[in-house]
Amino acid sequence: MTMTRDEAVRTARGLGWFSVGLGVVELLAPHAVARATGTRHDPVLVRACGVRELATGIGLLCARDPEPWLWARVGGDALDLAALAAGRTGRDDDRWRAGATLAAVAGVTAVDIACARALPRRATPARDDHDDRDRSGWPEPAEAMRGRALPFDVPPDLRVPELLRPYPTDGSPT
Amino acid sequence: MRALCWHGKKDIRCETVPDPGIEHPRDAIIKMSCCAICGSDLHLFGGFMMGMKAGDIVGHEFMGEVVEVGRDNKALKVGDRVVVPFTITCGECEQCRRGNFSVCERSNRNKDLADKAFGHATAGLYGYSHLTGGYPGGQAEYIRVPFADCGPVKVPDRLSDEQVLFLGDIFPTGWQAAVQCDIQPTDTVAIWGAGPVGQFAVRSAILLGARQVVVIDRVPERLAMAAAGGAVTINFDKESVLDRLQELTQGKGPEKCIDAVGMESHATRSLDALYDRAKQAVMLETDRPHVLREMIYVCRPAGILSIPGVYGGLVDKLPMGALMNKGLTVRTGQTHVGRWTHDLLRRIEEGQIDPSFVVTHRGRLEDGPALYETFRDKHDGCIKVVLTP
Repeated sequence: MTMTRDEAVRTARGLGWFSVGLGVVELLAPHAVARATGTRHDPVLVRACGVRELATGIGLLCARDPEPWLWARVGGDALDLAALAAGRTGRDDDRWRAGATLAAVAGVTAVDIACARALPRRATPARDDHDDRDRSGWPEPAEAMRGRALPFDVPPDLRVPELLRPYPTDGSPT
Repeated sequence: MRALCWHGKKDIRCETVPDPGIEHPRDAIIKMSCCAICGSDLHLFGGFMMGMKAGDIVGHEFMGEVVEVGRDNKALKVGDRVVVPFTITCGECEQCRRGNFSVCERSNRNKDLADKAFGHATAGLYGYSHLTGGYPGGQAEYIRVPFADCGPVKVPDRLSDEQVLFLGDIFPTGWQAAVQCDIQPTDTVAIWGAGPVGQFAVRSAILLGARQVVVIDRVPERLAMAAAGGAVTINFDKESVLDRLQELTQGKGPEKCIDAVGMESHATRSLDALYDRAKQAVMLETDRPHVLREMIYVCRPAGILSIPGVYGGLVDKLPMGALMNKGLTVRTGQTHVGRWTHDLLRRIEEGQIDPSFVVTHRGRLEDGPALYETFRDKHDGCIKVVLTP
């Protein structure tokens, strides 16, 4: 699976919201999640997974660079796959649920990996090699430019209000 | 034509869109020769501005050649080389006649929406949300310029594009920030943010005769460029802004403070910045006003706060007690570009300043999405990006 960087940026936001949603469900309804996935997991473990999903989801939504959070999701996917494999009950009616869940998690893992691989910074034109210390914009040394625009008539509406000017301005008593 | 279009947070794409056409007899169509990514475009990129719609063309710093004019436009002719101010102005309303171009009463075609958001509508802006008129922006091969007999500034061929491009926004913005400080020869002017507007504010304050200009930032390349312009620099990652400003002003504080940062301020080891981040993440606050708080705190009583940095909505924990009791004057607003362009063009022609100093990165329109990221992340020493078609 390949995707362009623009697609990856949009997919990363979608995965972020997906993580937040899944995390909330795992935190609030761990028993239902265990039943739906056909596994026999301790609710504490399911809630821990929920906390992890929430953290990666918020990270994906808030971070400037979502790539590390996508790799964090890939790591979480690996843990989920291992936990699902270990937690199967062996009952017939659970078997197809566990299989479907494993397939779904594997699919999401593939999306996570494709997205993370498509995200590294794009090649951009490099800056020119001027030294910033030479970039004054002045024709002469900076000190020589001090006050060069004077006399400058500040528009009346932008002058310091008369009442706030230094008092007395000429040292004479009023 | 190709244009950079906004599709959501962190999602700007170079797309093929329909060419613009004349819609009103005062219009003109400009063929873009170069445009820039402005720091305030990053607020759109970060999803901090309200009123954007998927597919909106962005960009408000651009120049080019007139290729078509409306029948009532007697000021321009095909072939003119112009820089276009980012504020769209009719030139006829009460505010325009007073020179308050950024609050033109007629150019915002979504006045009802803007009235609801801000109480009264402000001027239309190119590529800067439907709150400011929903006009297509200038990061495109062609741009429709409304009221084109009023705003665009003709520029002489002997000056390069990069010398005059910034007359449309960041140079007048830095200049107005300094002018509204009403700088006296004894003043210390402290400027938060050494991005493009901060750089022009430094040079403007020096041209206007400030005794001392201090710049606060943490990006080494930006601080170096500010120092080259004549500023004393404070790296807020490495030293205390409050202590250094006290030391530089003999304990009295700077008379004039300029916020060239706006709604996305960062701070190091500062609880209020963490608080803002948390509130912004859960949508309880739209803007992060750390710089405003710091300016109010450090400014000398009876001083002036000048705020060219863009804010979009609501802030929290603003120290009104200090602001009121210290008798500070606050001057804000988008730039009245048309007030300053002719004077600044004269200064460029006379060689007082060469605004192209600020450009660090150049690319084509299709490089735009990647260069937005480079600029946002201040990666590779990026200070100002210029794009060509």
